[in-house]
Amino acid sequence: MRAFAFEQPGSLAEALAILRAEPDARILAGGTDLIIGLRDGSILSPTVIDLKRVRELDASIVETVGGLAIGALTAMTEIAADPRIRARYTALAEGAAVVGSVQIRNRATLAGNICNASPAADTTPALLAFGAVLTVHGPDGSRQVALDDAFVSSGVTTLGHDEIVVRIDLPAIPGRVGSTHVRRTRRRGHDLASVTIACAVLESGETRVAFGSVGPRPLLRVDTTGILADPSATDAARLEILDDVFAAAAPSAGSMRASPEYRLAMLRVLGLRAVETARARRDGAAA
Amino acid sequence: MTSGTAHTSVGAEPPDSPLELTVNGRPRRALVRSHHTLLEVLRTDLGLTGTKECCLVGECGACTVILDGRSVDACLVLALEAAGSDVVTIEGLAAADGLDALQQAFLDHGAAQCGFCIPGQLVAARALLQAIPEPSRAEVEDGLAGNLCRCAGYEQIIEAVLDAAERQARPAAVHAPERASAPKGPPAGPDPASVPDARVAPQ
Ligand SMILES: Cc1cc2nc3c(=O)[nH]c(=O)nc-3n(C[C@@H](O)[C@@H](O)[C@H](O)COP(=O)(O)OP(=O)(O)OC[C@H]3O[C@@H](n4cnc5c(N)ncnc54)[C@H](O)[C@@H]3O)c2cc1C
Ligand code: FES
Ligand code: FES
Repeated sequence: MRAFAFEQPGSLAEALAILRAEPDARILAGGTDLIIGLRDGSILSPTVIDLKRVRELDASIVETVGGLAIGALTAMTEIAADPRIRARYTALAEGAAVVGSVQIRNRATLAGNICNASPAADTTPALLAFGAVLTVHGPDGSRQVALDDAFVSSGVTTLGHDEIVVRIDLPAIPGRVGSTHVRRTRRRGHDLASVTIACAVLESGETRVAFGSVGPRPLLRVDTTGILADPSATDAARLEILDDVFAAAAPSAGSMRASPEYRLAMLRVLGLRAVETARARRDGAAA
Repeated sequence: MTSGTAHTSVGAEPPDSPLELTVNGRPRRALVRSHHTLLEVLRTDLGLTGTKECCLVGECGACTVILDGRSVDACLVLALEAAGSDVVTIEGLAAADGLDALQQAFLDHGAAQCGFCIPGQLVAARALLQAIPEPSRAEVEDGLAGNLCRCAGYEQIIEAVLDAAERQARPAAVHAPERASAPKGPPAGPDPASVPDARVAPQ
């Protein structure tokens, strides 16, 4: 690894000051993406800023008005184990539970998974489906960014270089909800997925489907016809809706992981499965 | 492999920083480079070579250590991130009076073939049993999914972990339960040759 200076600021103000002074400084949370980039030379940085001693940041998951707020240092292990997330935001718990391995999940933060902006990230479809909102601190103070407005393309977000995500809010979900995360990988275990889908079916009949790995950023589509959420809908009727949902999928031809045709075919198969699992969970059936 | 290679310095390089941490129950200190990983410092500065260096991308688990109670890949942790932390490496697994239950079970089940992945497997298994004292087979598989074995001894490794969990849960059991193999006599005298580094490396 190329040498760099290592900073452990004790406050957000200090961290922001270093970012302002060092345009090429990089933020370190769990390091499971950053350290790999620093080692293989794809990331060159004179200064690495560790967030783990910043007193305003923590690894908490706290209840808000009907929802949950997740601290910037919260790792996948905590997300996957949290009973409130498992019950109300099941797809997020499932997504976090399949990230890498135990060793990776013990380090990898949810905020880092978002900021790294991989189209194949396992938590971002669920976060999109649940309408997650980021609270970001920067030179001009604090602002809120809907997650859907944060993603641009692989590795690129609308967040500034000098902005730090301090928390992730999961808004309240009215009424009953069922959700799931499904993915297709070449092999079991830690492998980036070739298709990732999160689906949440709400009591209102609205179905929220978010999917990744099939384009430069994960996408969210909302079905308000009620057909996806309708237990008596036929597969054919659901597929008609899903074909609209997935119309924007644009898997690249250059990937080694899976061909575009395969990914599109898997989207329909897994999409149908995800909708039915989420629907059954909403309606209290074992799925 | 980047560690150990001569450093080609460009421009002003940050000075070494003092690091203090607890390793296997003992306070340790070292002067470290800020871009060196916990893995490099354990192996090179502290001489604890039981923790293995292999893929360096978090895929194989050969470098697994327990950091403040949780298993991590030491190749993905900067040494300075661990300042003030409590680290357990493979050298810290054995009890003063011999091998711990996991090490004994690995021996009994012939879980080590070439042995290279075994320190990481044992440390990951130790963390697993701390979190889930009596894991199901599926929990063992998931708990060790981050530890690859080129010799593909997965079956014996899983059996050994399940067996060790059982021995720990029922240490006083005199007769062996029906699970195959596993002679359950008193632990054999520690055999340093079969446990690389466990007794020879400085702690
Ligand atoms: C072996 C292995 C297997 C993996 N498997 C999977 C998988 O199956 N699914 C999956 O989705 N991911 C997988 N990953 C990637 C996953 O571990 C990361 O995306 C992780 O979630 C990133 O979090 P981190 O805390 O480690 O981030 P870091 O590596 O510390 O940071 C990642 C990026 O986010 C920025 N950043 C971090 N926190 C903040 C913040 N609060 N504010 C602003 N910027 C910030 C950093 O500057 C950096 O650019 C795997 C990684 C490895 C090494
Ligand atoms: S060397 Fe660290 S995971 Fe392979
Ligand atoms: S025993 Fe040889 S790599 Fe596992």
